[in-house]
This record gives sequence, C-alpha cells and structure tokens, in this order.
Amino acid sequence: MQKEKRQLKAATKSNIITYAMLIAAFIIVSIICATNDKMYQFKGMLVPLCIYSIMAVSLNLVVGILGDLSLGHAGFMCIGAYVGAFFSVLLKDNIPLDWLRFVISLVLGGVTAGIFGFLIGIPVLRLRGDYLAIVTLAFGEIIKNIVNLLYVGVDGSGLHVSIKSASDLNLAEDGTVIVKGALGITGTPNDSNFTVGFVLLLITVFVSLNLINSRTGRAVKSIRDNRIAAETVGISVTRYKLIVFMISAFFAGIAGVLYSHNISSLNTSIFGYNTSILVLVYVVLGGIGSTRGSIIAAVILYALPEMLRDLRDYRMLIYAVVLILLMIVNNNEKFNLFKEKISITRFIQNRRNGMKGAKS
Amino acid sequence: MSFLSYLVSGISLGSIYALIALGYTMVYGIAKMLNFAHGDVIMVGAYAIYTICITWGLPPLVGVLGSIVICAVLGVVIEKVAYKPLRKASSLAVLITAIGVSYLLQNAALLIFKSDTKSFTSVVNIPSLDLFDNQLHIQGETIATIVVSVIIMIALNLFINKTKPGRAMLAVSEDKGAAQLMGINVNSTISLTFLIGSALAAVAGALLCSSYPALSPTTGAMPGIKAFTAAVFGGIGSIPGAMIGGVLLGVIENLSKGYISTQFSDAIVFGVLIIILLFKPTGLLGKKINEKV
Repeated sequence: MQKEKRQLKAATKSNIITYAMLIAAFIIVSIICATNDKMYQFKGMLVPLCIYSIMAVSLNLVVGILGDLSLGHAGFMCIGAYVGAFFSVLLKDNIPLDWLRFVISLVLGGVTAGIFGFLIGIPVLRLRGDYLAIVTLAFGEIIKNIVNLLYVGVDGSGLHVSIKSASDLNLAEDGTVIVKGALGITGTPNDSNFTVGFVLLLITVFVSLNLINSRTGRAVKSIRDNRIAAETVGISVTRYKLIVFMISAFFAGIAGVLYSHNISSLNTSIFGYNTSILVLVYVVLGGIGSTRGSIIAAVILYALPEMLRDLRDYRMLIYAVVLILLMIVNNNEKFNLFKEKISITRFIQNRRNGMKGAKS
Repeated sequence: MSFLSYLVSGISLGSIYALIALGYTMVYGIAKMLNFAHGDVIMVGAYAIYTICITWGLPPLVGVLGSIVICAVLGVVIEKVAYKPLRKASSLAVLITAIGVSYLLQNAALLIFKSDTKSFTSVVNIPSLDLFDNQLHIQGETIATIVVSVIIMIALNLFINKTKPGRAMLAVSEDKGAAQLMGINVNSTISLTFLIGSALAAVAGALLCSSYPALSPTTGAMPGIKAFTAAVFGGIGSIPGAMIGGVLLGVIENLSKGYISTQFSDAIVFGVLIIILLFKPTGLLGKKINEKV
C-alpha cells in the first residue's frame, strides 16, 4: 500500500516539475521581453518555439506512448493551418472580437485535423513498423500535394472549390479567392503571440500528461509493450489506437492554426516530410515517451540553428554533426555506464537505500 | 501511340527508382534499418560526375566510373562511422542517425557547390530512336536507362544467388547469429551491402541527371523518398520486390502525369501505395510476418 502511494507520487512529482519548468521559463522570458526593447531575433523565435513544442508533445503521444512510428505529422499541421487561416480570413469582418475568432478557428482547425487523424488511423491499424511509417509519410505528402493545388473562393451564393485554377471557381463579381493554390492564403490576421502560444502549449501538456497517467493511457502503453497480451486481457486495440491518433492530430492542428496566425502568407512549403522528420528528431532526442524531454529537445534543437546564425552556411552542417554524435554517444554502452555512475539522483537514492538498510 | 510513349518513359523512370530501391531494400534486409541518407548518395554521385566531366573536362565514362567509386567508398565510410556503433541500438536511434547523415551530405554539398541549380550534361551518347513512322520518339537516355538497369538487375541476381559473398548476404539477412557461426564475416558482408547499394545509387544518379538535367543539393531527396516507397511497395527486404515496385511506381507516375494531371502525380503515386498496403500489408512480395505469442 505504502509502496503504491510512493509510485503515484513519482508520476505526480514528475508532472509538477514539468509544469514548474514551463511556468518558470514563461516568467523569465516575459521579464526579458519586457525589459529589452530590442532582441528581435529572440522575440521572433518565441511563437515558433511554442508551435514546435506542441508538435513534439503531440507526436510523442503516437511515437512514445503508442509506439507507432509516424512520419506524417506535418500533414495534420497543414490541415489545421489552412482550416484555421481560411476561417479567420473568411470572417475577418464578421466577427469583431479578435480573440473569439481565433478561438473558433483554433477549435475548427484542431477538430478537422483530428478527423483526418481518425481517417488515417483506420488503415494504420492493419500495418506495423516501417510499413506504417511509409503510409503516414504518404498521407502527409498527399495532403501537402492536394492543398497545394486547392483553390477556394467565396461569393454571395456560397463557397466554391476547385483543384485546377482560380478561374475555374466561377465566382460572381463580388467574390474573393481565399485559398490561392500554390500561393496559399494571404492576409491572415496576426492573432498569435507568445502568451497565446504558451497557454496552448500548457493545455497540450496538460491533456497529454493526464492522458498518459489515466486508465486510457495505461491501456495504450500496454498495447505498446505487448499488443497480443493487451488484446487477451480485453483491451480494444482499435479503439485506443484511434483515440491516440485523433488526439495527436488534434494538437498538431492547433499548432498549425498557431503557425498560420503567426505569418503573413501561408503556403505548403514547410509542411513536407522534412518538418515531420524534424519533429520526430525532437521526440527521439528528448527521450521517447517523455513529455518534458520532448519540449526541452524542441526548444534546444530549434534554437540551436538560430543561435548559430552567425556561422551562416556552416550551421546546418554543425547541426547534422551534433545530431549524429548525440545518437552515437547516447547509445554507447561505456558512456551509459559512466552516466549512471555520475548520476546525482542515483547517488541520492543509493544513500537513502543505504540508510534504510541500516535502520532495518 | 502516346500511351506507348508514356509507358516507355515510365519504365525508364521506374528503372531508376528500382536501382535506388535496391540499395534501400538490401540494406534493410541485412541491417534492418531504413537508410534515409541513401537518396543523398545519389546527389553526391551526380555532383561527382559533374565535377569530373564538366569542371575537369574528362570523358563521361571516367566520370561515371569515378562517381561509382566515390559513392561506394562513401557508403562504406558512412556505415563504419555512423551506423556500426548503433547496431544494437533501437531502430529509431538508427533512423535519426540516418537523418543526420542525410542533413550532413546535403549541407556539405550546399557548402561546396552552392545552392544554385547546375545544368547537367547527359553522360549518354546514344541517338534517339523513332519508331512507327516517327510517331513514337524514344530518347537515347531512356534506352540507356532501361538497358543498363536490366543488365544490372540480372547481374545482381546472379551475384546474390550464385556467388559466395552474395549468398553470405542472403544468410546474414536471414539470421545474423547463425551466419556468424557458419564462418561468415558479418561486418564485411554488411560493408559489402553498403558498397553495392551506394554504387547502384551512383549509377542511378548518373541516369537520373542525364534524363532530368538539373542538379542541386536536394536533387536526391524526392527520388530517394519515391524509391523508398517503391521498396516498401514491393515488400521491403525483397530484391525482386524492389525491382517490380520501382518499375510499377515509375509507370504509374508517368501514366498519371500523362492522363490525369501533372501536379497530382505525387498524390496518385502515394495513394496507390496506400491502397496496395491496405490489401497486402507487407507489400507485393514481402514475407508475411507470423506473430508468435
């Protein structure tokens, strides 16, 4: 009984550390921003940091908790970004309250991405491992490809959709084209700022951590560890996999809406598999399954190339070398033994155990 | 006639995909890893030819041979430096390392050759062919691609099934431990696999850039992904699967470009892949995995 209590405490303790870390980071950054007028580069990085952290936390649900490799996460971000931006541009004049419009477009973008997550989750259930990875990659590329050719306009009689050209929309005289194919959407209101991004990140982390430590989360983790054993005790693999895919896609959609409301012109160029892979790198380097690690890795790895901007062309080269070295060193047996030896928590634990042993 | 012409150029493009897919599938079969950097080896090979033939002005044959040697060495070095230390690590760690290698190659090329697109001169010197009273026009590059690919595929099949090192490769991909007990040097077999795979990528790079003469540091990325798709399509780990998958993918891509829409060809290719995998979850020729409880 006592032992069980201790374990529960460990999960809660870890969650508290995560929240404390986030809030402390927010306060420090806010103070820096308030006291410095300049530092444009630093300020410009803040919203993208939130966006990529949300992406990493949501991908961690699929890769870390469910144990399925997904290479199409940017596709969901793309859906969220386009749906959110479309709605905001469409109703820019109709809804006077900025925050209300942004909240609605967040919900719409997230839900649409979630629905696509559900659709993609269905075939995924038949596939394993690398086959699943390639299907998610394929879905991401299909979404990008189609959105890139999409034209949507609006006039008095309603919405017009075409995948050929703007003139195929047959708009009335008063109509406007909102989604302009490869040119994307322009004129999205800039509703996002660091505070908004931070609140959204906090919500994502909250949902993610609560999911992981809930009954559903334990069921999902049991599927990851042994699918057949989980099935035999009556866990519905289909149901839980779909739940995780939907939630993950929903938050990727939210990140997308945030992205589209942070830049003036939106196009599909960043929603390719490169972005999906970039987010996967954050999740893996942060420690698979660790929400806190995903955020830390996202922040460091996003900021690293930006900090190295002075080195110009060499920065991505250095980034690549760092990536390879990190993976090799992290998987080196000797280094891991050494790490365990010098680990502080281990040291404290050993002492505590030693004291306990002395008492009894 | 236009159908035939789309078909022929589709087979040519598909042969290039097949050559690249062979590298993916051989490495996967033996090292059980997705070598994401494979597509960038193609780009390195193409730049090698560009440097040898255009900057130094040497004949195309020297360029192709030089590029094959450079890529083969590069493949072995990448394996030794980046992948060998991770042989016991999780497959995700290896995947991320491969992505790192891919970034490294792309950015090294960006530093050396700059980002502007170089126009590549064809290494193929065969006159184009006109059939059926000039209704069907086939380019020299297309013929060369198909002929070279067929020869390579036959040679590779003979090598793997008839020679000792080839059969050692099959044995290692079947069971690493047992192969080692039978006296097979696993390390050198894995190196050999990377060597052959990268050499094939160099040939693919030469053929690709002869047919589509634009060379930039990201040239290898999209063909790499397509070939990866082709390898999965045919059943990853299966060599005949990679050949069939590559050719089919090229034909589907070209026919959809010809009859449906140029811009949608990528979406159609990936869509067909998803549909195939829904019905055959391990690809066309992939082994069925039986799960043991």
